[in-house]
Amino acid sequence: MKNKYSLFSLVKNAFSYHENWGKAWKDPEPKNEYDAIIIGGGGHGLATAYYLAKKHQMTNIAVVEKGWIGGGNTGRNTTIIRSNYLWDASAGLYDHALKIWEGLSQELNYNVMFSQRGVMNLAHNLQDVRDLKRRTHANRLNGIDAVYLNTEEVKKFCPIINTSPDIRYPVLGGTLQRRAGTARHDAVAWGYARGADEMGVDIIQNCEVKGIKRNGDVVEGIETTKGFIKTKKIGVVAAGHSSVIANMAGLRLPLESKPLQALVSEPVKPIIDTVVMSNAVHAYVSQSDKGELVIGAGTDDYVSYSQKGSHDIVEGTLNAILELYPIFSRMRMLRQWGGIVDICPDASPIISKTSIKGLYFNCGWGTGGFKATPGSGDLFAHTIANDEPHKLNAAFNINRFVSGDLVDEHGAAAVAH
Amino acid sequence: MFIINCPYCGEREQSEFKAGGEAHIIRPKQPTELSDDEWAEYLFMRKNVKGIQFERWVHTHGCRKWFNIVRDTSNDAIEAVYKMGEKPPTK
Repeated sequence: MKNKYSLFSLVKNAFSYHENWGKAWKDPEPKNEYDAIIIGGGGHGLATAYYLAKKHQMTNIAVVEKGWIGGGNTGRNTTIIRSNYLWDASAGLYDHALKIWEGLSQELNYNVMFSQRGVMNLAHNLQDVRDLKRRTHANRLNGIDAVYLNTEEVKKFCPIINTSPDIRYPVLGGTLQRRAGTARHDAVAWGYARGADEMGVDIIQNCEVKGIKRNGDVVEGIETTKGFIKTKKIGVVAAGHSSVIANMAGLRLPLESKPLQALVSEPVKPIIDTVVMSNAVHAYVSQSDKGELVIGAGTDDYVSYSQKGSHDIVEGTLNAILELYPIFSRMRMLRQWGGIVDICPDASPIISKTSIKGLYFNCGWGTGGFKATPGSGDLFAHTIANDEPHKLNAAFNINRFVSGDLVDEHGAAAVAH
Repeated sequence: MFIINCPYCGEREQSEFKAGGEAHIIRPKQPTELSDDEWAEYLFMRKNVKGIQFERWVHTHGCRKWFNIVRDTSNDAIEAVYKMGEKPPTK
C-alpha cells in the first residue's frame, strides 16, 4: 500500500503539523467504459467494489455516487453490529459479515473502531421471552454465540436499566450476544473507498444516474449527469432509492422506502458500556466514543424520500428510553435526523441477479443494513463476478417473492415496521 | 410530520392517521386462476414512487374511515384528498 497508515506515518506527519497527509482516494472523471459499474457509494457499494477488485481481480470498475460517499444511510445509522438472527439463511449471512468485521481494521489498514461491547435484546412480555429463548437456541445451533439472561442478570450486565416490576413494560429477561457491538460508520465507507481506490477502482462522486440503457434484456450502460458510461455489468446498491433505479430499467421490486430516525444526546462521561435494544417498547441505545447517547427510533409507516420523520415517533422512543433508564431524564438531545430505508415484505435483503442480463440488485436491507456491510459487499461481488450467487446469499434471491420461500426476520430485525 | 385534511373531520395531525400503502391495487377477481408471478405482483411488488404517489390512509384516532390522498413522497406535500370509490384526480 502506497501510504500505509502506521505509528511511523503518524509520527512523521506530526512534524509537518498533519498538514501533508496524502489524499485517501482520487477524484477521477469517468472513463468511457468499465467492466462493471456499482451504483451507490455507501458502505455496501464501496465494499462490493473493494471485493470485486481484491477477490475477483476486476479492477477496471467504477463506483458512481449521486452525492458524496457515505453520505446516505452509511452516515445516518446507529452503527449496531450483531448476527443473532433466527433463520439458518440469515444466520449464515450476518455471521459471515461479523467474522469479516473482526479483522476489518487490519485488512483495510484503517481503524473502523469495531468494538465488541455486546448487544442485549430485552423481553417485556411472555411472548418476548418465548421468542428470544427460541432465537437463542436457533443461534447456538448455527454456531452463533447467544445467551439468555433473566432479569437479575440483565441488571447485573447493565446496572442503569430500571428492572422494577412496577413499570409499564417490565424487563422479564433478555438475550446477549457478546461478539456483537458497534463500529465507526464513516470509517467503514472511507476505509473501503481507500482500499478500492488503491487497487484502481474509480470512485466518482457528484454523479447521478439518470437512466439505464438496455438492448433487449441485456444492459449496455448508464446515463449519468457526467455523460454516458458503457458497461456490461451494473450492480445497484442504492438503498432507499433502489426502486427509483429499478424503474429506470423497467424492473419491479417488492420494496417500500420509509424514513427511519435516530438522535444523539449531548456528550457525557461513560455511563453505558454496551448496546441495549428493546423490540417491544421500541428503544435502543448505546454510547459513542465521544460520549453521546446514540438512540434509534422506529420507522414511519408511510413511503417518503424526504429524510425527515415524524415527531411522534421520536416522542414514543424517548418515552420508552426514560422508563427504562430514569437516569437519562435530564439529558438534552443534540441532533435528530432521518434516513430512507428500503424495506422488504419479509424484513430480509435481496442480493440477486435479475431478469435483465448484467443487472444485479443489492437492496431491501431495511432498518439493519450497516451490520452486514462487509459480508454484503463480499457476497454481492461474488454474485456479480460469477453471474451466480454464493451459497450464503442464494436464499436472498429476488425470485423468493414468487416462489413464496420468504426469510421472515421481522422478529430479529428489532426495529418495529 | 405533516397535516392531513381528512374528508370527514378536516385538518388533523398526521400522527392521528395510519398509512395504508399504495392505492388502487385491485384484488384479483379470480384468485384461483392466478399464477405465482401474478400473486407476487399483487402481494409484494410496489411502485414505491419518488414523486407523486396515490395512497390510502385511515383516520385511526378520529372517524376511523379510509380515504385516498395524492402526496409527493419527495417532500411530503399533499396535492389532493379524495374519498374511497371516487375517481383519482388526473392533474
